[in-house]
Amino acid sequence: MVYTQSPLAIGLFIFFVVFVLGLSFYMARRTTTAAGYYAAGGNIHWAVNGIAFAGDYLSAASFLGICGMIATAGFDGWMYAIGYLAGWMVALFLVAEPMKRLGKFTFTDALDSKFNSKGIQLTAAISTLVVSVFYLIPQMVGAGVLVQPLLGMPHWVGVCIVGIVVTIIVATAGMASTTYVQFFKGGLLLICSTIVVIAVLTRGLGTDPDQGGTKAYHEFQTLQAIVATDGTLQVAGYDVVAGPESEFGKAGFVKLAQNGVESVWHLKENADGYALAETLYVTQMVDGTKLYNGSAKEDGKFFAVGHVKEITIDGKELASTGALGPLAYLSRFKDSTVVLWGKKYIMDGANKITVFYQKPTPGSRILRPGLKFKVDNASATQKFNFISLMLALFCGTAALPHILIRYYTVPSQAAARKSTIVGIAAIGFFYVLTLFMGLGAMTNGVINLTDNNMSAPLLALSFGVVLFAVISSLAFATVLGTVSGLIVASAGAIAHDLMDNFLGMNMSEKTKVRAGKVSAMVIGCIAIYLGIIFEGMNVSFLVGWAFAVAASANLPAILMLLFWKKTTAKGIAASIMVGLTSALGLILISPDMWVRYGLLPQDAPVAFNSPAAISIPASFIALVVVSLMTQKKGIPEEGTAKA
Amino acid sequence: MGHGPAVKLGKDDATSYKTKLGVSMFIVYTLVYAAFVGINAVSRALMQKVIFGQTLAVVYGMGLIVFALVLAIIYNHFCTAAEKRMNQ
Repeated sequence: MVYTQSPLAIGLFIFFVVFVLGLSFYMARRTTTAAGYYAAGGNIHWAVNGIAFAGDYLSAASFLGICGMIATAGFDGWMYAIGYLAGWMVALFLVAEPMKRLGKFTFTDALDSKFNSKGIQLTAAISTLVVSVFYLIPQMVGAGVLVQPLLGMPHWVGVCIVGIVVTIIVATAGMASTTYVQFFKGGLLLICSTIVVIAVLTRGLGTDPDQGGTKAYHEFQTLQAIVATDGTLQVAGYDVVAGPESEFGKAGFVKLAQNGVESVWHLKENADGYALAETLYVTQMVDGTKLYNGSAKEDGKFFAVGHVKEITIDGKELASTGALGPLAYLSRFKDSTVVLWGKKYIMDGANKITVFYQKPTPGSRILRPGLKFKVDNASATQKFNFISLMLALFCGTAALPHILIRYYTVPSQAAARKSTIVGIAAIGFFYVLTLFMGLGAMTNGVINLTDNNMSAPLLALSFGVVLFAVISSLAFATVLGTVSGLIVASAGAIAHDLMDNFLGMNMSEKTKVRAGKVSAMVIGCIAIYLGIIFEGMNVSFLVGWAFAVAASANLPAILMLLFWKKTTAKGIAASIMVGLTSALGLILISPDMWVRYGLLPQDAPVAFNSPAAISIPASFIALVVVSLMTQKKGIPEEGTAKA
Repeated sequence: MGHGPAVKLGKDDATSYKTKLGVSMFIVYTLVYAAFVGINAVSRALMQKVIFGQTLAVVYGMGLIVFALVLAIIYNHFCTAAEKRMNQ
């Protein structure tokens, strides 16, 4: 798709960035102590912290990734949202108050609160850094994705802008500025998303998604092909370039040409021969050049998609429903037929062709699982993969370092609990909105099939440039806020856990703050580098893995420390290392990674992508076994228990 | 070592009560979530059934979100009451 920049969008973007920087410099004047830098002085109001929780959590993956996934895979995309939210119940019921009670600046503090263990300090700091980096990459990539339609700049510029701005935010005022940035961003995101959903409901469902009459939707053609007596395929007005016997034909397509212009069509057998449905396709040439529907991207021949094929109410077909309430919208959607898009890869000589083809699907089938995660006639491995992913989402939230450190910014355990509840309310409400935004994108002709991450901003654009400008700028601010939190967590792991505690450098308050700022700058540079080299990676891809790694490395240690009295320092360190290495190891040999290595996914040593169902139990077992092996009667582990 | 809370916390005699309550509620929510994942993993047909005009998948999904908030509010109510009662 080709985007046109709006001066309003650019202006709003600059305003957000300047506002965030101004806030950071203002906060910086009040941040002189380590407690101020790493924990915002521990005096943030619980309601502010709750919305900041939502700001932290509703990252690029939630806002861009989930909406995009719902837009292309329906309910299965929303399953991520349900899993993410369920994870907050682990945080509320088991982790919130103990984390506040035991920790000071970092998640390592809480784990190490009963011990004086170098092993815990080192392994927990490594785990924090690994999880944070896994989480940082998709955020930076998301920033790069956003600047292309927003500012008309290349991917690397977006990554650099985020990296530099965030490094300034964190290096000036640490957790204080990060908290208020997240508070404003989280609140605005909720308000603006609500406005988009109201607009979606007001527009209702229609078979001609002309975006309120402002933009004509591309009318996808169908042709009739016949099989001649000599067995060849014939299509009136077209030459058959690659027929049923070619690689295209084997995949269920044909390539035709008219006046020298080639096109790819999806074959479907009927009584008269074959019905041919127009497709969209991307050709990746050997030299790296990409053609979109046979032309350069700038020619604009690769259309936005997403439309309803049929709306049936009480047995009558309608062209549009008009305005609907939320429940009526879902009900009408269920009774409609919506055109989804399948994807197949074809090798055409040395060129790789990605063909997107139409799949008319009943709404009731879209509003139940199975389009992304195969469950019907699924193999045991496919079911295992699904269950493992849902386990990772459930267990991951309460183990994410940048979420856990937010418990140190409030003054009491009750405030930690209340801020979690505010976070749950805000995040739960937002995830309800994502269902409507995703379905709205699916039916309003705004999906870019080569990058569904932009579905929510492009849906907003269909209602006018003002909403698009605000939503896009907010999406960018989302990335800024989340990256800030991750860098604070990483800086704390380096300066507080490794330098001060593990290496015993005994830094003064001022030195601790300076070390945190220098660490933030170094991590910011690393994040910029990673964001550039991982261009093109799906923003939801690594976030799912970050949850799996966090859930495997951190959660067993946290829970067993709280609920099993025989837990030892060595047991915790072993649990973290086993969880971390097993989750990472299984990810590296997964089918998805095999594709990234340029190999066939079926040749991968393991058949599943989500490691949590193996790595979480492995981490628990390691903790129990090592703890039982290292029990010391009457003497606390590795030194004395601390006051 | 510099561990312990960033701010000084008051004594909380309700900790044990809140922990037990949290674990109980966690088990309740986990069972409801596990049933949701289980049904999704083994029976798509069941999730397509229409209840209250919506597919069961939508009703259950929305129900999980609302149930989370309801449980959270109940949990906070009892914890706050316990803190007032036990920390006098």
